[in-house]
Amino acid sequence: METLQALAEPNRFQIVELLRDGPRSVGDMVHRLGLRQPQVSKHLRVLSDAGLVDVRVDAQRRIYALRPAPLKELEAWIERYRRVWEANFQRLDGVLAELQAKEKKRGRTKR
Amino acid sequence: MKNSGALKVTTPSEREIAMTRVFDAPRRLVFEAWTKPELVQRWLYGPDDWRLAVCEMDLRVGGALRFVWRHSAEQSMGMSGVFREIAPPDRLVFSELWDEDWTGGEALNTIILTEHAGKTTLTQTVRYSSRAARDGALKTGMEDGVAVSYDRLAELLTPWKSQS
Repeated sequence: METLQALAEPNRFQIVELLRDGPRSVGDMVHRLGLRQPQVSKHLRVLSDAGLVDVRVDAQRRIYALRPAPLKELEAWIERYRRVWEANFQRLDGVLAELQAKEKKRGRTKR
Repeated sequence: MKNSGALKVTTPSEREIAMTRVFDAPRRLVFEAWTKPELVQRWLYGPDDWRLAVCEMDLRVGGALRFVWRHSAEQSMGMSGVFREIAPPDRLVFSELWDEDWTGGEALNTIILTEHAGKTTLTQTVRYSSRAARDGALKTGMEDGVAVSYDRLAELLTPWKSQS
């Protein structure tokens, strides 16, 4: 839940997208996102609180990296939902097979 | 049971989520199974322990549809909509609005059926009113933690699945 809330803000979503390619400094993200530095820092704090990113200090720069665990969790969760739709569609397979069988039968007796 | 094909979930745009699945039947039958309430009720109920308790479809342009999924007396979810396009055997469009409006307004469902050699490819796309609406849908669906919100939540796939 926290993961999603953190991601539900478009700029934070963008930050996560950027970090999927690898760790980046705050300055780099400011530059790429076209946002002001305080804004980016604020978003990074939310992401950090949600456990989505880790920070390390390298000389004067703060480098942020994605933590895979929450996203993996999210993926597992999505997978569960995908399976629900797959369950719907597998039942639909059954309904369709039945409709086809009925048609065939009707075809033999009439039409 | 034989599985006709794997379900594919993609995100064609930032406001949309699309599902694609192949069925081993002509499309007029898939269309029928999507538009006759007594048939819809037999498959569109989500997780095994839920049921589609209410399934009403006034199948004409401008006609209403109403779905209520129920798990127990306390747990149910309702959705209402209006048919926008009905073009058998290949196209069905309807709006959807959940009772607990976690999607920030109406979303639009488009179902397109194409047929090849007796098999039908179903593409079902949900378009939300905005990116924010979609994100809102994600957020609330997760909080509810109810499996029936699957269609809204599938779009979580956005970056982590579709870009692999």
